[in-house]
Amino acid sequence: MPANVLILGIGNVLWADEGFGVRCVERLAGAHAFDDNVRLLDGGTQGLYLLPFLEEADILVVFDAVDYGLAPGTLKIVENDAVPQFLGAKKMSLHQTGFQDVIATARLMGYCPETLLLIGCQPQELEDYGGGLRDVVAAQIDPAIRVALGKLADLGVHARRGQGDQSLLADAAILRDAYESGRPDADAACRTGDARFFPAAD
Amino acid sequence: MVTTPNGFDLDNTGRRIVVDPVTRIEGHMRCEVNVDDQGVIRNAVSTGTMWRGLEVILKGRDPRDAWAFTERICGVCTGTHALTSVRAVEDALGITIPDNANSIRNIMQLNLEIHDHVVHFYHLHALDWVNPINALKADPKATSELQQAVSPSHPLSSPGYFRDVQNRLKKFVESGQLGLFKNGYWDNPAYLLPPEADLMATTHYLEALDLQKEIVKVHTIFGGKNPHPNWLVGGVPCPINVHSTGAVGAINMERLNMVSSIIDKCHEFNVNVYLPDVKAIGGFYKNWLYGGGLSSKACLAYGDIPENPNDFSPEQLYLPRGAIIDGNLNEVHDVDQRDPEQVQEFVDHSWYTYGEPGRGLHPWDGITEPNYELGPNAKGTKTDIKELDEAGKYSWIKAPRWRGHAMEVGPLARYVVGYAKGHEDIKNQVDGFLRDMNLPVSALFSTLGRTAARALESEYCGRLQRHFFDKLVQNIKNGDESTANIEKWDPSTWPKEAKGVGATEAPRGALGHWIKIKDGRIENYQCVVPTTWNGSPRDTAGNIGAFEASLMNTPMERPDEPVEILRTLHSFDPCLACSTHVMSPDGDELTTVKVR
Repeated sequence: MPANVLILGIGNVLWADEGFGVRCVERLAGAHAFDDNVRLLDGGTQGLYLLPFLEEADILVVFDAVDYGLAPGTLKIVENDAVPQFLGAKKMSLHQTGFQDVIATARLMGYCPETLLLIGCQPQELEDYGGGLRDVVAAQIDPAIRVALGKLADLGVHARRGQGDQSLLADAAILRDAYESGRPDADAACRTGDARFFPAAD
Repeated sequence: MVTTPNGFDLDNTGRRIVVDPVTRIEGHMRCEVNVDDQGVIRNAVSTGTMWRGLEVILKGRDPRDAWAFTERICGVCTGTHALTSVRAVEDALGITIPDNANSIRNIMQLNLEIHDHVVHFYHLHALDWVNPINALKADPKATSELQQAVSPSHPLSSPGYFRDVQNRLKKFVESGQLGLFKNGYWDNPAYLLPPEADLMATTHYLEALDLQKEIVKVHTIFGGKNPHPNWLVGGVPCPINVHSTGAVGAINMERLNMVSSIIDKCHEFNVNVYLPDVKAIGGFYKNWLYGGGLSSKACLAYGDIPENPNDFSPEQLYLPRGAIIDGNLNEVHDVDQRDPEQVQEFVDHSWYTYGEPGRGLHPWDGITEPNYELGPNAKGTKTDIKELDEAGKYSWIKAPRWRGHAMEVGPLARYVVGYAKGHEDIKNQVDGFLRDMNLPVSALFSTLGRTAARALESEYCGRLQRHFFDKLVQNIKNGDESTANIEKWDPSTWPKEAKGVGATEAPRGALGHWIKIKDGRIENYQCVVPTTWNGSPRDTAGNIGAFEASLMNTPMERPDEPVEILRTLHSFDPCLACSTHVMSPDGDELTTVKVR
């Protein structure tokens, strides 16, 4: 039986580069099809809701915005045991529900996928509510997908050209193009914020 | 010392304790208190670190898509926001939904209610009462006896079962990845359970994890997918087809049977595990009746779960609607979200401006104009606040008020309103619980009461789910397979301008979305979320909000270990993801506690 693969994008699309992971899966599904043992999922900022998907997976590929203090747009690839070793050390994922807690819970329950691959991207801007991906981060979507496809191929999981399964992706209204092109103007909707997070805006 | 109009004596002369961020919640909040010489909290300040109105995202977009955006503002209440959003649009445009859609929406909403309550209690709140490290010392045989005594019907109760769980836990703790159990104050004397009760409750923490995976399948079945189920203005997006194999995704008998069996499983868990645990754990903390705050004075519930579609009159709602003010439980006021005099938001102590002080705005007219300035007695700088000055502006959360009153919302508020109204099911549950615990009604107004109300409500929601499931199946059997009304789907059928309101009871309290539509597009969109009510700062008159009130007069065992603060704040199931945004600049989530 082929290994079950879960390709998961996590993050909040409403917070600029925080949406990186979700946008990667969206783009991946737009041009790549897989066999039935591979599932593509927009995990959003969900925590425990994701456990059933982890339980069914042997291989887990996660796209996410992660803060390693690198230059914006830098990809960071972390595999297997190195993924959870960050637990409790530095907050690896930037969104509200720590995905590391989800992995820790899956381990506690004894069903964490055996093979873990995290493809992270250092964000440029998070504190822009309603904003889209910055260019330097958006430019990393295709490279990140290439990394994932390469690693998956090494594991014997291959993609075909063509549209993939989009059933577990975002509603059409918030897919990247619709979301970014429909943003209200800055003069119609305020974009400034707290000086603790926007030192430049003060 | 100052006495607030809502009856609290504030004294900010004692030592100041800063907890930032408050952990194990959704989102980010900070809390500051002053304690007296005896370690008793005499002043409390709760602040949301950042807030953004949804209008900054939704202005100009298609109202029929708003639910998909609102579903993303929070990692927990996805479906509740979506439901509230489609209700607001339907209200604005005069769209009615069919009977099956009402039943399915109720089943989904109740499902989310149960899921959230179970997960909140076991995975976020229990660790304020239960010590999983202490569970390692338990005798599995004695734990088995305890389990059989508190819940004879629960099948998982053998000594071998508890021994296995204990070993699993030991391995997890020894692996050094304390993960979920990190940041605990495990040697604090505020933890009162014997090791056996700790092991029993920790075991149920794991059982609840298994259960919650089942619960969410209901959302997958009716919403097409999870974690972000689909919603539809005019009904629900799932076709029903029980007479043939049906289209892919259509609701057939096999799927309905699956929903039915999940409803049963949840109900068994609520009855055999959740409620007995709350009673067993609560029994050890019966003398810790702090944290009542506003619950005995001012409670607000919008009500939810209508028996029939499109009828939100109070007698038609299973979760009660009403407002209690001035501590007068003999009078429950009705609530109208459209009345400009009822729900208003104030910003005198929030980092916004309305141009003039003392002004309150109804959400339809809500505006978001930031004004980030610290009060004159704040310590630190704008980018590194050491201590807030609550006499000035101090939070990104606005201060919503009902006819000028600070209100508590959530399960306890719903149960106090229901109890005061003589809601039969609620009254029976509460009286039975108090009788079993040998506690007076006044014990309800406490942190424990809030936690108990959530458990009681979870059980009640399960019964309601069964009711609506049976109703749905009966209606389908009668030949009605309609799930949506798309008569007014096309914007050309809409008036040039319209406004509407959608209201629900989210797991953590009253939730409202107010929308204005112009030329087929969103003109203004405001959400007043439950944590905006509970986490609100002071208002013009000086009334403190529900979180602040709940911390007053609580003694702390060790001021540098804020177990008691966390216990009470967690009892509200705070969710600041939608009322504020979370992020310490270095992404570090460890709580710092500063005693000054």
